[in-house]
Amino acid sequence: MQRFPDYFNFSHKAGVYALRLTAGAVLFFLMMPILVIIPLSFNSEPFFTFTEGMLSFEASAYSLRWYRAILENPNWMLAIRNSFIIGFFATIVATSLGTLAAVGLASPEMPFKRVITALLLSPMIVPLIIIAAGMFFFYTRFNLVGTFTGLIIAHAALGVPFVIVTVTATLTGFDHSLFKAGLSLGANPLRVFRDVVLPLIRPGVISGGLFAFVTSFDEVVLVLFLAGPDQRTIPRQMFSGLREQINPTILAVATLLVFVSVLLLLSLELLRRRSERLRGV
Amino acid sequence: MTATTFDDARPVSASPGLTREEAGFARRELNRRRLRAFALVIPLLVFISFAFFAPIATMLHRSVYNPTVVQLIPDTLAKLQSWDGEGRPDDSVLTAMAVDLKRLANNRTSGKLGEALNRGLPGTSSAVKATARKLRQVDDATLAADGAALLLGANDKWASVELWRNVRKTGRTYSDRYFLTALDLERNAEGDVQTREAAQIYVQLYTKTMRIALIITILTMLLGYPLAFVLANAPARTASLLMVMVLLPFWTSLLVRTTAWIALLQTNGVINSVLMGVGVIGEPLEMLFTEFATIVAMTHILLPFMVLPLYSVMKGIDRSYMRAALSLGSSPIPAFIRIYFPMTVPGLSAGALLVFIISVGYYITPALVGGTDGQMISNIIAFHMQQSNNWELAAALGALLLVLIIALYWIYDLLVGADNIKLA
Repeated sequence: MQRFPDYFNFSHKAGVYALRLTAGAVLFFLMMPILVIIPLSFNSEPFFTFTEGMLSFEASAYSLRWYRAILENPNWMLAIRNSFIIGFFATIVATSLGTLAAVGLASPEMPFKRVITALLLSPMIVPLIIIAAGMFFFYTRFNLVGTFTGLIIAHAALGVPFVIVTVTATLTGFDHSLFKAGLSLGANPLRVFRDVVLPLIRPGVISGGLFAFVTSFDEVVLVLFLAGPDQRTIPRQMFSGLREQINPTILAVATLLVFVSVLLLLSLELLRRRSERLRGV
Repeated sequence: MTATTFDDARPVSASPGLTREEAGFARRELNRRRLRAFALVIPLLVFISFAFFAPIATMLHRSVYNPTVVQLIPDTLAKLQSWDGEGRPDDSVLTAMAVDLKRLANNRTSGKLGEALNRGLPGTSSAVKATARKLRQVDDATLAADGAALLLGANDKWASVELWRNVRKTGRTYSDRYFLTALDLERNAEGDVQTREAAQIYVQLYTKTMRIALIITILTMLLGYPLAFVLANAPARTASLLMVMVLLPFWTSLLVRTTAWIALLQTNGVINSVLMGVGVIGEPLEMLFTEFATIVAMTHILLPFMVLPLYSVMKGIDRSYMRAALSLGSSPIPAFIRIYFPMTVPGLSAGALLVFIISVGYYITPALVGGTDGQMISNIIAFHMQQSNNWELAAALGALLLVLIIALYWIYDLLVGADNIKLA
């Protein structure tokens, strides 16, 4: 049982418990929808809800048929492949350009720092529908609509702000004399970057890359406007599935995606700890 | 005010310890470093300009630029220049239109012209298409000689002044009329701006979008505040465990969470089954495809954006302030309102602005769970882009939305600082 300070009267204690109860309810609200879809994805019937059999835990009410359905459906397999291809290349572009820029922005001599930072972060704030419409108008001129290149460029632009934010965070407290020391010892700037700066900011770069990847992996509005039938991605496939014929395959895909997010959360936590150790916090 | 030391106060160029030569060297060195820092940012600036800013600029341009009609009937519009706007234009204009229409009929683009003219004056589309079909049979020589009569014979709408005014109006390459439409305004015959007489929908839609965004912001505040408070004051171990329950939804795909809400809210979904099982309701509630569904699902999706900034602010608040107030005999509520709450306002305003900015432009969740009355401004933009093909209006609506977002982002930057955005 919790021990309260002596000056706590009944209303203090009641307040503490009421707060905890509310917080518990909010956490329930946050987690429940995600937890509900996991058992639903093992439904043996084509329903989006719990059947009587599932509630009485009959083994026959549960099955893996919707997971098999993913493997057997060429559209889903194509979507999974496309999501990884687009996500991978968009991450490479966003991370490399974003890291260089973040290093420049962190330098104390950077001119127009505030304006440039605000500009580079703006893809995070502008509504996706506006970006999608604009890209549709502009990319058409370069025949980029309906191509992988177009989607990779589009998704890389969305991922850049995340890389800037995470790398900048690891660079705060970065000792710029390390850079000068490297130069004065005769290394060229590129070598100093590779051998001195990069190892120190690597956790930030990797977590920025993860953010960029997730942004692309989860993005659907730009895909709706810019992708042709050959570039369908997982979220695009889910979107049309939810609009047209709802079936529990979507729940099975959703469950797999929840596990992807769990993995992601774990790796980010490990990176954070590593970064703190490297910076000696 | 602390005393300024001598060192801080002296500008570099006037440093008594430096010769003119040394000062020049220092200046050159500083410029060289500035250039080096800037050079690192250039590749990204170039990339973002192409991939992001140019598309946004194109969209803004598109909202005032409408080349469709000019490209379709250039000759007619050139001849229409000299028309005074009163009475039927003279026969040369009508003949030019007849020739243009035949060409369009042969290119199968008369429908496009009909669609474009119809937006300014409903009912024009059928006249254009029917006339184009008839004129297609006529040979060029007859058309050049007798085009005006043939045009008037094909459809009597070509005699109306209103139709020609509309042709001239929609024939302008640059115009503000899509912005006027987006604001439920129009120009009357004299060219003055007035409230549109036909259906007024867009201002109402903007208001509704802002209202929904505001409700979501308030709900995330009400739900997020107690949660962030408990998280910030829990022992480290418990806190990190509970934090996972905030971060996991945050990291879970948007579509997964939307899917979950469809499963929960639909007519024979989980919530209805539970409520009916318990006996609270006799028959299922219609919750999916309503504004309610949009609000609930978006509150769920955006709640972490409120909890995380609040948590980081509350984490930094020294607990002894509250302890002092309580041990001095204050009741919890006045102590909270006067001591604790003011210190959390920065986190609360950061979270609120973030949630509001994101929800104003939301598209996916309203599109999937909102039905017809849960639609927001983004959905109507998508509708004009994909279904009605009125790209200029979509661009104008988007431009207005963008102005709203930039204003909010500017406020956010002033209050919080854009470079203070932190990611978990």
